[in-house]
Amino acid sequence: MSFLTYLINGLSLGSIYAIIALGYTMVYGIAKMLNFAHGDFIMVGCYVIFTICSTLSGNTFVGIIAAIIICTLLGVTTERIAYRPLRGAASPLAVLITAIGVSYFLENLALLIFGADIKSFSSVVKWNGVTLGDGSLRIQGVTIVTIAVSIVILIALQLFIHKTKEGQAMLAVAEDRGAATLMGINVNKTITLTFAIGSALAAVAGALLCSAYPSLSPYTGAMPGIKAFVAAVLGGIGSIPGAMIGGLVLGIIEILSKTYISSQLSDAIVFGILVVVLLVKPTGILGKKIQEKV
Amino acid sequence: MNKKRMQDQLITYGIVIAAYIIMEILILTGNLSSHMKGLLVPMTYYAVIAVALNLCVGILGELSIGHCGFMCIGAFFSAFFSKVTENMLPTPIRFFLAFVVGIAFAALFGFLIGIPVLRLRGDYLAIVTLAFGEIIKNVINAIYLGVDANGLHMSLKNSMELGLLPEGEIIVNGAMGITGTPHDSNFTIAVIVLLISLFVVQNLINSRDGRAIMAVRDNSIAAEATGINVTGYKMMAFTISAAIAGAAGVLFSHNITSLTAASQYFGYNASIMILVYVVLGGIGNIRGSVIAAVILYMLPELLRGLNNYRMLIYAIVLIVMMIFNWSPNVIIFRKMILSKFKKRR
Amino acid sequence: MALLEVNNLSISFGGLRAVDDFGISIEKGELYGLIGPNGAGKTTVFNLLTGVYKPNEGRIRLDGKDITRDNTIKINHAGIARTFQNIRLFHQMSVIDNVKVGLTERFRYSGLEGVLHIGRYRAVEKQVDEEAMKLLKVFDLDKERDVLASNLPYGKQRKLEIARAMATSPKLLLLDEPAAGMNPNETAELMDTIALVRKEFDMTILLIEHDMKLVSGICEKLTVLNFGRVLKQGNTKEVLADPEVITAYLGE
Repeated sequence: MSFLTYLINGLSLGSIYAIIALGYTMVYGIAKMLNFAHGDFIMVGCYVIFTICSTLSGNTFVGIIAAIIICTLLGVTTERIAYRPLRGAASPLAVLITAIGVSYFLENLALLIFGADIKSFSSVVKWNGVTLGDGSLRIQGVTIVTIAVSIVILIALQLFIHKTKEGQAMLAVAEDRGAATLMGINVNKTITLTFAIGSALAAVAGALLCSAYPSLSPYTGAMPGIKAFVAAVLGGIGSIPGAMIGGLVLGIIEILSKTYISSQLSDAIVFGILVVVLLVKPTGILGKKIQEKV
Repeated sequence: MNKKRMQDQLITYGIVIAAYIIMEILILTGNLSSHMKGLLVPMTYYAVIAVALNLCVGILGELSIGHCGFMCIGAFFSAFFSKVTENMLPTPIRFFLAFVVGIAFAALFGFLIGIPVLRLRGDYLAIVTLAFGEIIKNVINAIYLGVDANGLHMSLKNSMELGLLPEGEIIVNGAMGITGTPHDSNFTIAVIVLLISLFVVQNLINSRDGRAIMAVRDNSIAAEATGINVTGYKMMAFTISAAIAGAAGVLFSHNITSLTAASQYFGYNASIMILVYVVLGGIGNIRGSVIAAVILYMLPELLRGLNNYRMLIYAIVLIVMMIFNWSPNVIIFRKMILSKFKKRR
Repeated sequence: MALLEVNNLSISFGGLRAVDDFGISIEKGELYGLIGPNGAGKTTVFNLLTGVYKPNEGRIRLDGKDITRDNTIKINHAGIARTFQNIRLFHQMSVIDNVKVGLTERFRYSGLEGVLHIGRYRAVEKQVDEEAMKLLKVFDLDKERDVLASNLPYGKQRKLEIARAMATSPKLLLLDEPAAGMNPNETAELMDTIALVRKEFDMTILLIEHDMKLVSGICEKLTVLNFGRVLKQGNTKEVLADPEVITAYLGE
């Protein structure tokens, strides 16, 4: 039964990656930029929950809502102040470097406010979970909640994108920004909305991440952020189901290789898989093939 | 090569040499704190790797965010070589050979990694270079290598698995890395390495291969139609870039007592830091990379008095500078102000 | 024997036969036009001739040598150079460097000589510089030698693209809609340039064009493509007078 336990743990970690990757992939697909600071939005969300729940001993639910609101505002503000001025810059690297600057800024701001010491985060999921079979398979509450939340988010996002006007606008902007403008779509508003959704998802992912791995530091978001980006690329960046698949695959591989091969090498294996997948399919599992017209 | 470019190249060397002489005078007159003295070699090898990365990003036009991986290769292979031959060779020869080893292996890895990576495009290429950088760092962290009378022993588990004879020596100790590499790097050698890197890259740019590389960057389809071997030239530029990053690694490992494949030195964050130097110095502007590397490396140190605020200020400076330099609206605004200013005169 | 000999060339994209049973025979020194309505497959023919696409069927021979399966680079070395419908210059490089890229394969020295600026470097670079200047003079671009290619006016960008193609010293030059986007003055100048290239380099040229004035003014022979098939082939005057061709172009 232990394999099943690891598999479920992998699924849970993968779900967290998937939620982060959804934010990454939406921003990439629509704003055409790598938001390197996305991982740090997660960290901000965690600190908000930590402050409200542990320091001010507030309600968990209030904490999560506050984290979502603050992250959304953070995402929108960052886009407005730091990224939008660089839209249309001569090099796409300009906005990438700015995003790195934002990442440094958030990490060091957290360092200044909360210090470098690792805070122990108390899980937002109070449920202990279930025990199956003769007691050998125990699934933690947070694991089940994580998987469930990610499924709900995926469905909600798909519905939003395909069934609402705003979602259609996002697709149009992703496809061709110039044409979308001509069709009367407000590109700025659409991109702002994308950042809002992506950042809100980062807050949710943060709550789940720190509940499963309860140590919080200013750098908590960085590595999961990068892994989620890898997941988004693995699934085919710009594709929402792709981000989900990529996240799950990544989480499962990471947990299984940590368990069965080497915890030291697990990251190398995760990145190795990415390399192999991209060599076979250069635009990821569900990515569209791009061919330059001669 | 036309005169203007020749002059340009000479100015770059001149700046580096002048900066070197100023630093040496400051040291001789005792005007440089020992803390600042300790920063001279790192500052220089970061300039070297910035030159290497600019060759890849600015001249070849491929975004790499894993260049510190090549630095890591250069650092570990050369440190390993120097440890093994520490008592066999006189220092100058050993250090020279350490460079040969470090550069050769970095070039080899650059070549091997380049084969798959350079088939990809744009952001996909970037993320795979990041992946390779992390893989290199991770694998080196898991390697145990020891030497005894029976030869070389290797393990991926722990040092006990090596089965060394009692008098054997562990050289690479997993995540503990290599300790006690001879401290051969110094500021003078570092500056010489920087000058050589500049010489190689700037000469390359002004040669037929360099033009072909830039042609690939600007329009690979047209380059092919003009008979340029696109894949070959991509490989060439990427390999040379990796080799120079390896040279920076050699300087790195021979300047540190305990060499570990830590994220802060060789992870993607470190690679990104170098990318920041390259972009702020000007993409494709080799001299700019050197100047940006020196200023940006020193900036947090100069802000040291501000303590905890320094990295925060660094981040803000970075964001503001990017917007100031690159934002289309700001550029128009700047031009407007400038033209008004000129009119008044 | 003809310089370019193409038989039964076909290619399909997802079931659609973009080029179907295409054949052409171009003699040395000829100025040949390839015309047809939009979407007739003209650029696809160019892409087949230059190895961008591999044909499903057919054979391409240049100067008696089979180049059907060669890649773009090899085909360029074999002697076909081209320009593009949407200008593709090395836009961040200077005008003269654009031409020098075209000279890369003809004037050689090793990578080591290039990096260290030793050996043949100086002598060969001097030759390259002279050769490039010679070409720029022919195309009246010598005054702009150090201007960035992207800063050239449109008409001159077209010229530079031709100059770069000529730098590879081709046997056959393919021009893909060279007059696209040009005003009548620029088109007239372009016609002069093409005539000059023919005279100066004794060049064989195949060009795609929509501008009928240009086509009837300079082309000796024409092939008309319609829906990927050859509709008509022969002397310019006869082809343009053909009722079928007129229908294809002007509709019913």
